[in-house]
Parts: sequence; structure tokens; C-alpha cells
Amino acid sequence: MKKIRQTDGIHTTKGDKIFFACNYLFMFVLALVTLYPMLYVLFCSLSSPNEFALVRGMMFRPAGFSLEGYSMVFQMNTIWTGYRNTLLYVFAGTAISMVFTIMGAYILSHNDFMLKKVSMILIVFTMYFGGGMIPTYLTVVQMGLNNTVWAVMLPGAVSVYNMIVLRTSFKGIPSALLESATIDGAGDATVLFRIVLPLSGAALATITLFYAVGNWSAWYNAMVYLQNRRDLYPLQLYLRELLILDKSTDAFMNSLSGASANSYLLKEIMKYCAIIVSTVPVLVIYPFIQKYFVKGVMVGAIKE
Amino acid sequence: MTQIQTKRPSVWRRLATNIRRHPMVYVMLAVVMVYFILFCYWPMYGNIIAFQDYKPVRGIARSEFVGLENFEKFFSNFYFYRLLRNTLLISGLNLLFGFPFPIIFAVLLNEMRNQKAKRVVQTITYLPHFITTVVICSMIIQFTNSTGFITGIVNLFGHSGSLIGDPACFRAIYVVSDIWQSFGWNSIIYIAAISTINPDLYEAAAIDGANRAQRMWHVTLPGIRETIVIMLIMACGRLMNVGWEKAFLLQSEATYETSDIISTFVYRKGFVENDYSYSAAVNIFNSVINLILLTAANKISNKLSGSGLW
Repeated sequence: MKKIRQTDGIHTTKGDKIFFACNYLFMFVLALVTLYPMLYVLFCSLSSPNEFALVRGMMFRPAGFSLEGYSMVFQMNTIWTGYRNTLLYVFAGTAISMVFTIMGAYILSHNDFMLKKVSMILIVFTMYFGGGMIPTYLTVVQMGLNNTVWAVMLPGAVSVYNMIVLRTSFKGIPSALLESATIDGAGDATVLFRIVLPLSGAALATITLFYAVGNWSAWYNAMVYLQNRRDLYPLQLYLRELLILDKSTDAFMNSLSGASANSYLLKEIMKYCAIIVSTVPVLVIYPFIQKYFVKGVMVGAIKE
Repeated sequence: MTQIQTKRPSVWRRLATNIRRHPMVYVMLAVVMVYFILFCYWPMYGNIIAFQDYKPVRGIARSEFVGLENFEKFFSNFYFYRLLRNTLLISGLNLLFGFPFPIIFAVLLNEMRNQKAKRVVQTITYLPHFITTVVICSMIIQFTNSTGFITGIVNLFGHSGSLIGDPACFRAIYVVSDIWQSFGWNSIIYIAAISTINPDLYEAAAIDGANRAQRMWHVTLPGIRETIVIMLIMACGRLMNVGWEKAFLLQSEATYETSDIISTFVYRKGFVENDYSYSAAVNIFNSVINLILLTAANKISNKLSGSGLW
């Protein structure tokens, strides 16, 4: 890296300078364009209804200032219920996924397991051939899981891709280490918990994060299986009703709609507030855990 | 029976020994396999309904077999070509415009020498990846409905009315928003690949008189060629099932002409019209095409570059 910089220092030509200037300008504009839609949502969410009515086109600061939208969003039962349910799905669902993924990865990386090849084929096969929407639905209904939290968390809980990535990481552990433990009398459970897992911290963190993000943004299972249990809806599904279908079962929201132009505007602002309230927690955490995600992408790439 | 047993008793005995030696491994195998059987293989078996006139009260066992009737119904469907066209066009355009963008971005990012500025640009461009599909789609709808700010800008150039309700705009909305959301994130893999290129190559090129653009073209791009090829094959394999959630959330009856794709059709037939068998058949068709595309892409890549997924 340093070498390039040195040669660059010597050979920076006029053309290079123009290139650098253009490149920085382009990157700056690109970053701005990427950021702007998010800023726009923030500005709208902080606007006051009366002045928001006059806004046409782009905004560079909130129109007026009001936290009315936020105070109303915080009064919505669906937002709180949704958050509570989503947290359950994120924690419990991710835990379930991890248990299965770790077990699968461990047996597929085991040195002395006779059925390894068959198991591998049976598991990888499901990556390319699935049941499809309706057969999966019928199966879950037949098992009697619909209208329970299990229908939200179990179908699709195991990602074969993640399992293979974790297996690759497990296989990287020197087998001499595992053998010496076995000779000392450690069983497979001990080897897994005392050696394999502690040595795979980064891979485990990455895969846990992938599952957690997946559970956080999931809504399809809940939409299909929770037909009679709206109280179990995750946040994303309530958001879909509020933001995309433009209807809400919050009695409080219905009292708002249709009343006046002002309440229409307030409802629009509330939509932006709901976006902020549901998105900011993740965006705030994300810079701290970014490196694990980036690592995860690489791990997958190496495997390919 | 006895013959088989006498022929290969060692396998069973070895298995028994193996189980006795690693009971935990077999317990784990059982647990994992129960999951895959319940949630993957049982639904896979359920695909049989595509060849039946499936009635939920009768179940798979007592429903009537109708052969390929459901498939024929789909092929002769008035909307068959529209669905196929929309599916391939949306994902094809997405690939055509969305695929090169992260590569160009990664190459240009590599030319930024201020590490701090580089990190800021990276962090900002990764951000949209962490917004959920539902929220992204609601943002798109808010921005492109009749009062949205993007509609306001586009309408300055002669368009009128909302963009999201206009079938002519659906593909553009889909592709542009997809690039916006994913180019930063998708560039990670190329940035990683670029970082493995030997710096001496740049130096040698510079000494030979290559200017910056020539170095990007003749050193950086060839250095990440293999990564590009693999990513391209994987993208081709996904052509038929790209972005189901997004198309579903963004579409409305007004835009079906361009927005209705096979997977949303499968959903509607199954869950809205409860035509289970038909829906399953359409889905099987989709999977078969997908597999053909993946195999073809892999073959082409093997021929052209000597490397592929398998």
C-alpha cells in the first residue's frame, strides 16, 4: 500500500490531478445522493403539518418544527406490540437458527463421522430445490403450527449457506487440537463447547448477525401464517399496513383519518416518523458491528 | 436378504461402532435431519399437488391426479408471456445496470487516497443495505406517489401524475432503487478482491508509462476478473427469483402490466384465489427455468474463462 503512494507521489501528473479531483467530486456526489433519501425522511418526520403542506419537491431542512408526529407514533399500540414481537423473533428465532446451524456445521466438519457425505448431499440438495410457497404453507398448516410463533420462526430458520460457511470455519481448527482433547477423554459435546465454539468466535458472531438481521426484516411468514393472531405480528408487518396498505387497525389512527386536511398531513408525517422509529435503532448499532458483516461477506466469498 | 447381510456386514458393524463412539454426533444428526425433513423434504414432496386437482379436505393422498393439466393451463394462460417477460425484464435490467455499478464504484474507491474520506464514503453507501425491504418500499412509494418529491422532479421533464402508479415507470423505479440500496454493499467483495492485488503490478505498470486510467483497466480489472465472473454466474442463477418481496410490496393492480412477475402470480393464485395446485405448478416451472439458467451460465463461464461454480 505504502509503495503505491510513494510512486504516486513521484509520478503525479497533471492528468492524475484532474482525475483525483473528479473522483473525489464523484464520490462526494454519490455519497450525498445515497444519503439524501434518508435525510429527506428525517426532515419530513420533524416537520409541522401546516408548513409541510406547502412543501413541493426537495427539502433541505424540516418545514417548521414539530415533534407531534413522533408523540403520536409513540401512542400507537401496533408500534409497541410490533417491537415487542420482533424482539422476540430476533432473539428466539436467531437462537433457534444458531442451534441448528452449529449442530449441522459440527457434524459436517467432524473427522470421524461415517454418514458425513450422505448428510452433506441431503442438506445441500435443499439449497437448490425447495418446496415452494404453497407446499410449504400446506405442510406448516398440517403440522398445526399456523397462528403460533413457531410458524414465524421455524420455516426458513436454517440457512444452508450459513451452515456451510460455519463448517468451513470449524474445519480450519487444527485437527491435532481436537485429537489431543479426545485422547484426554473429552466427548464430542465437550470438544464442541470447549474447543470448537470458543475458537470460532468471529464466524459465529457474523452468522448470528446475519440471522438477526434476517429476523428483524422478515414479514412473509407472519403475513401468511398468523391470519388469526394479529397480536403476534412483527413490527415490519404492522409497518406494511401503516405505510404501504395505508390502513391501520389502531383505533386511534382511524379516529384521525378523514377528519380534516390537517389530520391527513399529520398522518403523512406520522408515516415518516414511523420509518425513523423503526429504522434508526438498527442504523445506530450498525457502524459498531459493520466489520462483522464485512467479514461475513468475505468468508462467504472465500468459500465460493 | 441373508445374502446382502453376509455380503456387507462390516458396513453395519462399522456404523454401529461409529454410533457407539460418537453418540452425540448422531443425536445432532437426528435433530438436524428432523428439521430438514419437516421443513424442506416434506414440502418438496408436497409439490405433487402440482400434478393433482388438490382439494384441502381430501389431502394429497385422496386428491385426483390430472397429469400436466395445471402446466398446460399456465402455458395457455393469457398472461403467460406477460409474466415471463416481466420477470426476465425486471431481473435482466437489474442485472444489466445493477451489476457493473458496484465494480465501477469499488475501482474508483480504490483510487481515493484519503483513507478517512474513503471510510466515510463506504459507511454511507453501506447504510441503505440495513433498511428493511418494507421500509425501503414504503419510502419508494412515498417518494414516487402523486405528491412525492421524486415525482415532482421527474414531472418537471414532462411526465405527469404519480410514478408508482404508472406501468411505464415501474421497472425504472425498481432498478434505480435497487442500485441505490445495494451498490455499496455489493462492492465489498470487489474491494476485498482489489486489496489482494500485488502492489508491485501497479508500480511496474507506472514505470512502463501506464497512466491512471490504463492502470485501472489493465491491472485492477484483470485482478478481480475471477471474482466478477463468479458473482455474474451467481446473479444469473438468481434471475428468476430476484426480489420477490420488493415486487410484491411495490406493485398495485394499476401496474400489473409491467410489475406482475411469476412469483407474485404464484402468491396470488395460491393465497388469494386458493388455487393451490395451479400455484404449485407455476412455481415448479419457475424453479426449472432457474436451474436451466444457472447451469447455462455456469457452462458459458467454464468455456470462456475456465472457471465456474462447478
